[in-house]
Amino acid sequence: MLIYLIRRLLQSVVVLAAMSLLVFVGVFMIGDPIEILINPLADEIEKDRARAALGLDLPLWEQYLAFLFNAVRGDLGRSFAYNVPAIDLILERMPATLELAVTATLIGGVLGVPLGLLAGLKPHSAAGKSIMAGSILGFSLPTFWVGLMLIMIFAVELGWLPSTGRGHTGRLFGLEFSFLTLDGVQHLFMPALNLALFRLALVIRLARAGTREVALQDYVKFARAKGLSQARVVWVHVFKNILIPIVTIQGLELGQAIAFAVVTETIFAWPGMGKLIIDSINVLDRPVIVAYLLVTVFMFIVINLLVDLTYSVLDPRVRLAEQRA
Amino acid sequence: MTAVAEEPRRRAAETPFRRFAANFAESRIAVAALMGLAVIAAAAFLAPWIAPQDPFDLKQLDILDSKLPPGSVGVDGMTFWLGSDDQGRDMFSAILYGLRTSILVGVGASLGALLIGMPVGMLAAYFGGRADSLIMRIVDIQLSFPAILIALILLAVLGQGVDKIVIALVAVQWAYYARTVRGTALVERHREYIEAARCLALGHRRIVFRHLLPNCLPPLIVVNTVLVASAIALEATLSFLGLGLPITKPSLGLLISNGFEYLLSGKYWISFFPGVALLITIVCINLVGDQLRDVLNPRLQR
Amino acid sequence: MTASAPTLAVENLRTYFFTKSGTVKAVDDVSFSIDAGRVLGIVGESGSGKTVTGFSVLGLVDPPGRIVGGRVLFKGENLVGADEERLRRLRGGRIAMIFQDPMMTLNPVLRIDTQMIEAIRAHDPSMDKAAARARAREALGRVGIPSPDERLRAYPHQFSGGMRQRVAIAIALLNKPDLVIADEPTTALDVTIQGQILYEAQKLCRESGAALIWITHDLSVIAGLADEVCVMYAGKMVEAGGVDAVLDAPLHPYTRGLIGSVPSRNRRGQKLAQIPGMTPSLIDLPPGCAFRTRCPRADRACAETPAITLPVPGRPVRCFRPYSS
Repeated sequence: MLIYLIRRLLQSVVVLAAMSLLVFVGVFMIGDPIEILINPLADEIEKDRARAALGLDLPLWEQYLAFLFNAVRGDLGRSFAYNVPAIDLILERMPATLELAVTATLIGGVLGVPLGLLAGLKPHSAAGKSIMAGSILGFSLPTFWVGLMLIMIFAVELGWLPSTGRGHTGRLFGLEFSFLTLDGVQHLFMPALNLALFRLALVIRLARAGTREVALQDYVKFARAKGLSQARVVWVHVFKNILIPIVTIQGLELGQAIAFAVVTETIFAWPGMGKLIIDSINVLDRPVIVAYLLVTVFMFIVINLLVDLTYSVLDPRVRLAEQRA
Repeated sequence: MTAVAEEPRRRAAETPFRRFAANFAESRIAVAALMGLAVIAAAAFLAPWIAPQDPFDLKQLDILDSKLPPGSVGVDGMTFWLGSDDQGRDMFSAILYGLRTSILVGVGASLGALLIGMPVGMLAAYFGGRADSLIMRIVDIQLSFPAILIALILLAVLGQGVDKIVIALVAVQWAYYARTVRGTALVERHREYIEAARCLALGHRRIVFRHLLPNCLPPLIVVNTVLVASAIALEATLSFLGLGLPITKPSLGLLISNGFEYLLSGKYWISFFPGVALLITIVCINLVGDQLRDVLNPRLQR
Repeated sequence: MTASAPTLAVENLRTYFFTKSGTVKAVDDVSFSIDAGRVLGIVGESGSGKTVTGFSVLGLVDPPGRIVGGRVLFKGENLVGADEERLRRLRGGRIAMIFQDPMMTLNPVLRIDTQMIEAIRAHDPSMDKAAARARAREALGRVGIPSPDERLRAYPHQFSGGMRQRVAIAIALLNKPDLVIADEPTTALDVTIQGQILYEAQKLCRESGAALIWITHDLSVIAGLADEVCVMYAGKMVEAGGVDAVLDAPLHPYTRGLIGSVPSRNRRGQKLAQIPGMTPSLIDLPPGCAFRTRCPRADRACAETPAITLPVPGRPVRCFRPYSS
C-alpha cells in the first residue's frame, strides 16, 4: 500500500512539473502582453523599460527557472491587470468556485443514484422511461444554453430568482459561503443547478447501466432465494455493487465541475476563478493564466490521487490485491 | 434438388448487416432520430441553396431589419420566420449556416481524433509491454483532465480560427479513441484467430488491418457517435466563451453568444432558436448513439 | 408409505418464456413428487429445462418467463400464484436452493458473515446478531470449513471454488429447511471436490430429514446419491421411477441412450456410444415427440406428442414404443 502511494506521488510530481513547463511555454507564446497594457503610442524605449520591469526581456529558460523558483515558494507573479499577486487573486476567488462545484456534484450524486437505480430496476415503467428521457436531454443540452434559458425563464419572465452575482454570504471557517444566507441560496440555486444538470444525467445513466447489469447477476437471484426482502436486495446487494464505480466517478466529476464552472460563472457573473480566467485570457494577463492553470492542475492531481485511494478502500477485491502485492 | 437451391437464397437474406439494421430498428425513437439527423445534415449541407438570405454577405443586410421578432416582414418584403438579430440577419439563414459550421467542425475534429487515436491504441495493444504502458500512462493522464481545461489552454495559446479550434478538439478527443481501441484490441489480440494468423507468419500489417481492425469497429462506432456530439457541444461552448471561431464563420455557439446580451430585454429569439437547433442535433446524435450501443453490446445479448 | 402429503408434489408444471424470437416452452408438463428424507435426482442435458424447474418451484422465474400452468404443492400448499410475501418467507426458510456457479452466488463486496446473518434474520428478525453469528459459525463448522471465525470475516473471493460451494450449502441449511433444491452444485468443481461435496450434502440431508432434489446432467452422480430419478428432455419429463429400476432397465430410448453413453459402460477399443444428433432448440418446438429425430425406435406414430403412460407400476414414461422392462 505504501509503495503504491509513493509511486503515485512521484508520478504526480512529474506530471505537475511537466504541466508547469507546458503551461509556461505555451502562455509565453501567446503574444506580447506589453502591447496591451501600455499605451500603444509609447515608443520602443518605454516598452523596453516596461518589459525589463516585468522581467520579460530575459531569455525563455531563465524566465522559466525564475518562475519555478518563485512558484515553489508560493509566488506566482503579480497580475498585470490588477497588480496584486496572482496567487492571491486565485485563492480569493477559489471558495466561490468550489462552493458552486461541490454543490453541483452533490446534487448530481444524491439525486442521480436513486433515480438511476429506479430506472434500472423498472426500465419499462413510465417512471423508468421518463427518467431515461430526461437523462438524455440533460446529457445533450449544452450547459451554457441551459443557463441562458434558466435566466430567461426564472429571472426575466418569472422574476423569481436573481440572475447574476453571489448575493449575501455568511462566514464559515473564515471563508465566505453563499449557502449560509437565504439570499445567497437564491443566488446559488440556478448556477448550481445549471452546472449539475450534465453530471446528474451522467450519474443517472451510469447508475441505470450498472443496475441493469448487476440485477442480472446470480448473486442477486441467490439473495432472493434466501428469502431476503426486496428492499434489502436492492439497497444492500445491488446498491453496494453499483456504488463503487459511481463514487469514484464523482471524485473526477468534482474536477470536471470545477473546470466547467468557467461557463456557468460567465453566464451568471458568479465571482469565481472561472470568470477570472476568461477575462485574463482576453487581456493576456499571463501570471494569472499561469497561476490558474497550475492551481487547477494541482487540484486535479490531488483529486485523482484521492479517487484512486478511495477506490482501493471501497472495493475489497482491489484492497486485498494491493496488500498482497 | 429444389430444396438445395432454396437454402443459399434464404441464408443470403440474413447477413450480419441486415440483422444489425433489424436490431437497430427495434427502437422507433432511434430510427426517428436517425431520420432527423438526415434532415439536419441535408439542410446544413444545402444551406447556400435553401437559405432565404446569405447572412454573411453584408450587402444583403439592412440595419433597419434588426431585432425583429419572429414572423415579421422586413424592409424589402422578406419574411423573417425566426426573427432577426442585431445586424439584421435572418435567424433561419444564420442557423442553417451555423449548423453547417458546427457539424463540419464537430465531425471533422472527431475524424481527426479518430485518425490519430486509433493507430495509437492499436499499436499499444498489439506490441504491448513497455510501449503499451507508456502510451496508456499518457492517455490516462490526459483523460483525467477535463476537456474544457485542455481546450482552454490550447486556445489561449493558439488564438482564434477554424483550424485552431479543430486542433484543440482533436487534442481533447484522441485519447478517448486511443483508450477504446486499445481496450478492444487487447481482448481481440489474445483470441485464437489472431494466434492462428501469427502462426501462419502473416506480416504485422496484415494481421492488424485485415484481422484485428474489423473486430474493433463496434465499440469504436459507438464512441465515435458520442464524441461527435461532444465535439459539437464543446465547440459551441468555446465559441460562446469567445475563444472559438471568428465572427466571419460563426457556428451556432457564436450565434447564441451574440444573443446573450439581448436576453434580459426580452429578445429571446436571437439566442433561443440557434440553441434549439443545437439541442436537436445533439439529442438526435445521442439517441442514435444510445441505440447503437445497446445493439452492439455483447453483454446485453437477448 | 405414510398418509401425510409429500414434501413437494409438482403436477403438470408448465413454464414458458415469451421472447422476441418465439415462445420457449422451457418446462412443458413436468410432474414428480418427493417425500421427506428422500433424494430425487432430476437428470437432463443442458437446455432440458431442469434448472427452470428448480426456479419455478421457488417462484424465481424472471420475465419474459412465467409459470403458465400446473401446480407446485409444498406440503399440500399450492405455491403457483401464491402471494409474494408468502413465497419470500418460504425461500431460504422452508425451501432452500443451492446454485450452480459458486463464483457468482455470493456477493463479492459483502463479507461472508453479513451474507449468512442476513439469511437468518430474514426469517427470524427477533434473533440478535450475536446469536445469528454463532449459528452461522456452527453451520460453517458442520460443512467442514476450518477456522470458521476467521472465515466469517472474509470476502468470497478469498475462498476457493469448493469452499464457496460449502458456504452455499451451509447457507442453505441455516434455517433447517424441509426441502433443498441443489442445481448442479458440483458441475463447476473438479472431481475430487465433487465427491466431497456430494458426501456432505447427502449426510446433512439425512441428518436433518430434509428432502433433497439434486439437478444434474451427470448420471453417475445420480446413481450413487438418489433414491428416485426423473429424466427430462426438451422441457418434458420422459421417464421417472426408483433409481435402481430406471438405471438397470430404462424404458425410454433417451434414458437408454444416456446410460449407454457413459464412458465406463463402454468397452475399451470400441467406438464410444453416443446418441446421434443434437438437442433441439426449444424456440417454437414443433409438436410430436421431441426425441424422434434421434430415436432408433421412432416411427410415424411419433409425430404426435406422447402422453405419460404407466406400462409398469411406479414407472411413468412418455413414449409410444418404450422398451419392456
